[in-house]
Amino acid sequence: MKPGLPLLWRKTRERYNLIGTKCETCGTYYIPERKICAKCRRKGKVAPYTFSGRGKIYSYTVIRVAPEDYEFFVPYVLAIIQLEEGAYITGQVVDVNPESVQIGQEVEMVFRKIHDDHPEGLITYGYKFRPILK
Amino acid sequence: MRKVAVVGVGMSKFGELWDVSLRDLVVQAGVEAIKDAHLEGSEIQALYGGTMASGRLVGQEHVAALIADAMGLNPIPATRVEGACASGGLAFRNAYFAIASGAYNVVVAGGVEKMTDATTAEAVTALGGAGDQEWELLHGATFPGLYALMARRHMIEYGTTEEMMAAAAAKNHHNATFNKYAQFKEKITIEDVLKSKKVADPLKVLDCSPITDGAAVAVLMDLETAKKHTDNYVEIVASAQASDTLALHDRKSLTELRAAQVAAKEAYKQAGITPEDIDVAEVHDCFTIAEIMAIEDLGFFPKGKGGQATLDGETALNGRIPINTSGGLKACGHPVGATGIKQIVEITWQLRGQAEGRQVKDAQYGLTHNVGGSGATCVVHILKKPN
Repeated sequence: MKPGLPLLWRKTRERYNLIGTKCETCGTYYIPERKICAKCRRKGKVAPYTFSGRGKIYSYTVIRVAPEDYEFFVPYVLAIIQLEEGAYITGQVVDVNPESVQIGQEVEMVFRKIHDDHPEGLITYGYKFRPILK
Repeated sequence: MRKVAVVGVGMSKFGELWDVSLRDLVVQAGVEAIKDAHLEGSEIQALYGGTMASGRLVGQEHVAALIADAMGLNPIPATRVEGACASGGLAFRNAYFAIASGAYNVVVAGGVEKMTDATTAEAVTALGGAGDQEWELLHGATFPGLYALMARRHMIEYGTTEEMMAAAAAKNHHNATFNKYAQFKEKITIEDVLKSKKVADPLKVLDCSPITDGAAVAVLMDLETAKKHTDNYVEIVASAQASDTLALHDRKSLTELRAAQVAAKEAYKQAGITPEDIDVAEVHDCFTIAEIMAIEDLGFFPKGKGGQATLDGETALNGRIPINTSGGLKACGHPVGATGIKQIVEITWQLRGQAEGRQVKDAQYGLTHNVGGSGATCVVHILKKPN
């Protein structure tokens, strides 16, 4: 059980709202945010950007042997999502039968509990993804 | 830079060694290596020790000093090197630099991990530390999970099949039956792998390297001194290393390890040879898909053809380029910090003609490929038998 949550986590806005950055010089999106554009370097002009949260599954797996604090969730789907802006991010896909997940499937971000490390401990929240309801 | 040689190697038994401590593992490997080098121990001037997660796994940090202490080498300088699963390879590379630079003439590189005292969940968490804590692991990623994400793309982009991956595991188990130090001596079939329990789809438990206790040690010497000291040395003709993004999702491609490609290219350049010149290689098969990507990244097979080549037996002991004659991480075992040095031990035995039932005939050049995490570190060495 962790004694406290590092302040940095609470201040990491990207974890709750998919806020990253966009380079206005070359149009590249970054999540997590990068303060320097890797392509434009000093010529880059980087500004905060809130992602739409919509994207497609680029690759996925079904985790059946979990690390500590995640055993309760197995089997769960872990995926790399290509956000519609072009950036890639790792997250779980929920509200879905793990056997029916497909590459290219359209998903959207949802705000969920990531884990709790103890019945009386801290609860960590963050983004996950779910299939877009049509 | 001065030329450097390996003059002695040794390793402990690899396996679930509940009655052997971290300290005892190092002593077993160290005593073998120093004896093999025909040294007393007092000639050794410095030590580099590789371990990844000894603090998490057995509560022991400060492992390089422990190795020097346990091997009776005090007061020589002893430095720990950490690069996740590439810690051993990096320790070896640092020992190489210590001699190449002219600072020392005789240096030891050791690697160790004591893993089976931890529960599976503890070990999964500790190994996960090689990935990106905030952007992968927090979301429930595991190491098999990250390699599964790569495997899935390799299957989609190149038609690689679960059967091709399974063939790598079956081949490595076969090789390990000839290695008395290996963790597993049981032959397995492709069918056994396909039927084994799923861990992170499409990877199954027999696609994964095991949790292992073990240590390996190499003794290095500058080439001029080595030539006077023994006829039984092998020359280090290349030492190269590269890095990549910690998180998989930041990479341009999931079907290759760019760090491995960059390190391999640099290594071939240093040695003045091409992939076709390599006679035997130990590659980092932490998962079967990793071996398939490795033999492509190292230039032994064209991109996307590694799976079929493995299924066709081209990487078997009697194949075109024997891969992982020791049994690899899969069957010889994967005590994380020791693996990079164990690869050097196996290639040294191959080049000296001491690899018993798994000996590759007339091997002249041998290569080691040691990867940290999901590919954020890769270190490649090429060793050569003296003419």
